[in-house]
Amino acid sequence: MIPLTWYLILSAVLFSIGLFAVLARRHAIAILMGVELMLNAVNINLLAFWHYWSQVRGAPQVNGMVFAAMVFVLAAAETAVALALIISAYRRHHTVVVDEMTLLKG
Amino acid sequence: MNVLQWVFVITAFLTVGAAVMMVLSRRMMHAALWLAVALLGVGVIFITLEASFFAIVQLLVYIGAILILIVFAIMLTQRTDESGPRLNAYAWAAAGVAALIGAILTFSMAGWMLGNTGLLELGPAFDAILPLGQALVDTEGFAVPFEVASVLLLAALIGAIYIAFERKGERS
Repeated sequence: MIPLTWYLILSAVLFSIGLFAVLARRHAIAILMGVELMLNAVNINLLAFWHYWSQVRGAPQVNGMVFAAMVFVLAAAETAVALALIISAYRRHHTVVVDEMTLLKG
Repeated sequence: MNVLQWVFVITAFLTVGAAVMMVLSRRMMHAALWLAVALLGVGVIFITLEASFFAIVQLLVYIGAILILIVFAIMLTQRTDESGPRLNAYAWAAAGVAALIGAILTFSMAGWMLGNTGLLELGPAFDAILPLGQALVDTEGFAVPFEVASVLLLAALIGAIYIAFERKGERS
């Protein structure tokens, strides 16, 4: 028997670490990894509440699981497009450091 | 604490430690391997939640597909000179923002009234895979989001190929 709070706190900690990676890292792929970590934290939350709600209702509920499945789909699509963008940017500018991509700067 | 709680605590510390190492590691390939450990830990957390289907999907989609994509992207964009700081100039502000948001989330959830509800073992009667599959193709349920998700995946696939395709005279 694990309290619901433990899952919520774990997911909050993972979300913060992912947020730090997104805000502070200079490498584009590291930023993408931070986004993946944040999505995983959200999925822990969704499935913890799915478990809690199924337990309260006394029957398996599907809504939380569908949400979690949608997060998986979005994560896969987002990663594919983001990595294509990174490879394209690398080909043009020979860098994957986001500070050095200053093409739009006036 | 019983066995399940020990499993949760050990896995949680391993996951958070791997995530921290991922953020702080200088070489991107090491970061990718630490991310694999963190994703595996999240999969174990899914098992403790009795969401075994999502534990398998985590293993297949995240570690099997997304992580391999990331490793390939790292190898394709490797620079010979890995110089320069790994964090940008706003790292301390970013750490402050992340710590603040994490603290707010943690305290609001730790103080939540229903948060101390123990998650009991659901048992095989709660096997939600059959209802999940039915709900995804049920027009009263989630058939429309399911189809939209498939269109989104197709669009992402074609878009990724189009973006990453090398055109003539583009290489600078």
